[in-house]
Amino acid sequence: MADITHTAPTEDRQARRINWGAVSDHAVLIAGALFMMAPLVMLIQMSTIPDAEIMQTGPSLEIGNQFWPNVKKALLGAMSFSGEDTGLSMFRSSMILGLGFAVGKIVISMLAAYAIVYFRLRFATFAFWLIFTTLLLPLEVRIVPSYEVTQKLGLLNTYGGLIIPLIASATATFFFRQFFLSVPDELVEAARIDGAGPVKFFIDILVPLSQTMIAAIFIIMFVFGWNQYLWPTMITTDESKYTLVQGIKQITQSLEGTHIPEFGRSNLLAVLAVLPPVAVVIFFQRWFVKGLTESDK
Amino acid sequence: MKRAGFDSRWLPVFLLMPQLAIILVFFYWPAWQALQSSFYLEDPFGFGSTFVGFENYLRLFRSSEYLRTAGFTVVFTVLVTFFALSIALLLAVKADKVLHGARTYRTLLMWVYAVAPPVAGFITLIVFNQRWGPLTEFFALFGWDFRVRLDYTDTAIAMVIASVWKQIPVNFIFFLSGLQSIPRAVREAALIDNRSASARFWTVTFPLLAPTGFFLLIINTTYALFDTFGLIDTILRNNPGDNPITLVYKVYVDGFRGQDIGGSSAQSVVLMVLVLALTIFQFRMVDRRIHYT
Amino acid sequence: MAKLTLSQVGKTYAAGSQAAVSGVDIDIADGEFIVLVGPSGCGKSTLLRMVAGLETVTEGEIRIGDRLVNHVDPADRDIAMVFQNYALYPHMTVRGNMAYGLKNRGESRQAINDRVEQAARMLELTPYLDRKPRALSGGQRQRVAMGRAIVREPAAFLFDEPLSNLDAKLRVTMRGEIRKLQRRLGTTSLYVTHDQLEAMTLADRLVVLNGGKVEQIGAPLEVYNNPASTFVAAFIGSPAMNLLDAQVEGGTLMVEGHRLAQVARDAGPVTVGLRPEDLVLSTSGLPLRIDYVEELGAQRIIHGFIGDQPAAVADGSPDAPLSDIVHVTAARADIHLFDTTTGKRMDLPAETQIAEATA
Repeated sequence: MADITHTAPTEDRQARRINWGAVSDHAVLIAGALFMMAPLVMLIQMSTIPDAEIMQTGPSLEIGNQFWPNVKKALLGAMSFSGEDTGLSMFRSSMILGLGFAVGKIVISMLAAYAIVYFRLRFATFAFWLIFTTLLLPLEVRIVPSYEVTQKLGLLNTYGGLIIPLIASATATFFFRQFFLSVPDELVEAARIDGAGPVKFFIDILVPLSQTMIAAIFIIMFVFGWNQYLWPTMITTDESKYTLVQGIKQITQSLEGTHIPEFGRSNLLAVLAVLPPVAVVIFFQRWFVKGLTESDK
Repeated sequence: MKRAGFDSRWLPVFLLMPQLAIILVFFYWPAWQALQSSFYLEDPFGFGSTFVGFENYLRLFRSSEYLRTAGFTVVFTVLVTFFALSIALLLAVKADKVLHGARTYRTLLMWVYAVAPPVAGFITLIVFNQRWGPLTEFFALFGWDFRVRLDYTDTAIAMVIASVWKQIPVNFIFFLSGLQSIPRAVREAALIDNRSASARFWTVTFPLLAPTGFFLLIINTTYALFDTFGLIDTILRNNPGDNPITLVYKVYVDGFRGQDIGGSSAQSVVLMVLVLALTIFQFRMVDRRIHYT
Repeated sequence: MAKLTLSQVGKTYAAGSQAAVSGVDIDIADGEFIVLVGPSGCGKSTLLRMVAGLETVTEGEIRIGDRLVNHVDPADRDIAMVFQNYALYPHMTVRGNMAYGLKNRGESRQAINDRVEQAARMLELTPYLDRKPRALSGGQRQRVAMGRAIVREPAAFLFDEPLSNLDAKLRVTMRGEIRKLQRRLGTTSLYVTHDQLEAMTLADRLVVLNGGKVEQIGAPLEVYNNPASTFVAAFIGSPAMNLLDAQVEGGTLMVEGHRLAQVARDAGPVTVGLRPEDLVLSTSGLPLRIDYVEELGAQRIIHGFIGDQPAAVADGSPDAPLSDIVHVTAARADIHLFDTTTGKRMDLPAETQIAEATA
């Protein structure tokens, strides 16, 4: 009896006690989330206010009514005199770059990885090193000669010249090789006994089996392709083929000058430039995280 | 190689062809050209070039401008890597701990992964706007007249902040997945062995995360060296002037604007060697990593 | 259905390296169930995979029926294989898994469907036909792997440790099912396992492999009763046969200075093999210093030392009290003698005959 009367208040006190550890955890996370989110919110807030006002006051907590007019301007208005680099046309070019790069890279690297992993090939080791040395040097360090080669091949201002040189690295090939190596050997053996040749095995078994991997790589490659900046800036001078990310340069330059800077439109173009890759990353989060964290092994 | 691979002779060659062709044309050829032209001095008007041996390299290491850029690149890389890693680690540890809203936090903390570096640069210009930029105003509270693109140090700080912001998500994702892969039994064993949460973190969790940390160290270094190009270019609005720039930016500026092909190529080769060294270091670490786990 | 002939089959991976398999001769009759058994690395899987066509044959000939298949593609060998990890196609349904091989052979849809349904009925898989493998239990997956083999109606089944991924209880059940199924279908089967119990219970004949060579071929009981070498003796039977260093002195077999039996052999060292279950406790015989006792319920295993050589005894009367030292003997017929240097069996009756002939 005595025990019970003594323990009751103790339990009570514990229940009422605030878990300061959890509170501080949340505080840190909320601060982090704010740090990451604030710029995006700011860009959008600014776009709801008339440009002339923003030029004076900058971002605030006020919500104006200029959002939709600015969206329209961003999508349809051109950045330059030629009038060919509207938000929509840049969006289209970015899509072509992102999708073309992701698809091209996946197809080419899957085929190569398949050849390396599943065939007895005399020069396999040599091919392997030839391909995997490319992991060592990012495009940025060989940018000038790459430009010259592309120019010599007459590929300036073409989507081919934009996309193909970006594919010249083995990241995805390496990833698919790792994945194929992790597929149990018995599967190809069972398939061979079941009468499947190399082409049939690839199409009937390996590709369907790789679905998750393909999705993961696709997301990472799409984001990578879409976000390219230096290479498009060098290769594409034709304004009708400008991408959104490349257009950021024009956008920032337009904010300088004597006239009223068009913050509303610029900010929305910047938002448009991050929208598709961000959407892909958020909606396919699980695959994306899997692809990202497993690609290093 | 699979133990029972296919024996076909031409099919694998055919499968490898596209990848090999692209690599030869757009990787080996340019890399070779960079190496080659780093030994030549090219006439700016394109009228031939003369072999100068290591002159381009010597010129680089004699140039105070190049050394200043190299110095800034080192400082920049160290700062970005340090802050991006430590902030991400803190957030990951907290996100791994909370019971409520973990998914929401994760999403809010990782979306910036998909933001293109130039957009990060664009945002930097707005938050550091001279007249009303929120961060300019924040620094003004401490009596600091923050002037991006006008003051060397201020510009450098802005670049570091933006680069860290952009890089936190990758580190966060890796740290979180590293934390989640620590077996429950190990955590429970630590819980029994040690009362103090912070001691548990530093003696058990942190060492177990070390392999992830090593890997991220390389990733972040490469990021700071190369992937920040778009961010820096946007902040500088294509016009570096007296502002700080990184080595990759200088390759581009000298090669494209300055038409100093030889010097730019020599710089490329120096960077190649640097990346090569980093990669070898990374492979070593990956080797060691196997022993950790 | 067909017989299976291996003659002088060998496998060397790289020139100059040691052979993984060498000089294997096995004649398998139509409908026979042969189990290849041996410790890991003995070459049993390699041998099976050579029959399947998944490894090249570097020496000798493999015939399925009368056809030499050394260079025939796996799909054209008319065999079916059940893998240790089942190797089911994870993205296909049970039906798809079973039908895939038939589809590739260009069978009609009707024929494929009939055969799949029939196999599914036989294996009680009908309710699961449209499920993916990951929705099945281990035992069910195992049966799907069997089904995939059955629908092909092959000349021979090849089993590569098909039960080792199952838990102990299920393994016993599936063992029975495989045996029944094979009897019913009458298909020649080659089965690889490292589990001697599995080998004993399944096989018409056992092939014991060691270091890539055949140690002994024979019916399970024959191998058990007359192991051809110390290797086979130690490998087949559980608990393992006691192998003791012994001496023949003047026609008497002596272990650690104690008399065990009379043998007609020249004086010298021999290895004597005594199965724990053949040893009986008695008042005289070899003294066994007891180390520890394992109680198994129906019997107990007494572990101890004869001299300083370890030995075990299976004692069928677990309730009797034990002193620290017990004495054990064995019937004359239960004593196996092996050559100390080669480890080969010295057949007692034959030995006697030879002894008589030379005398």
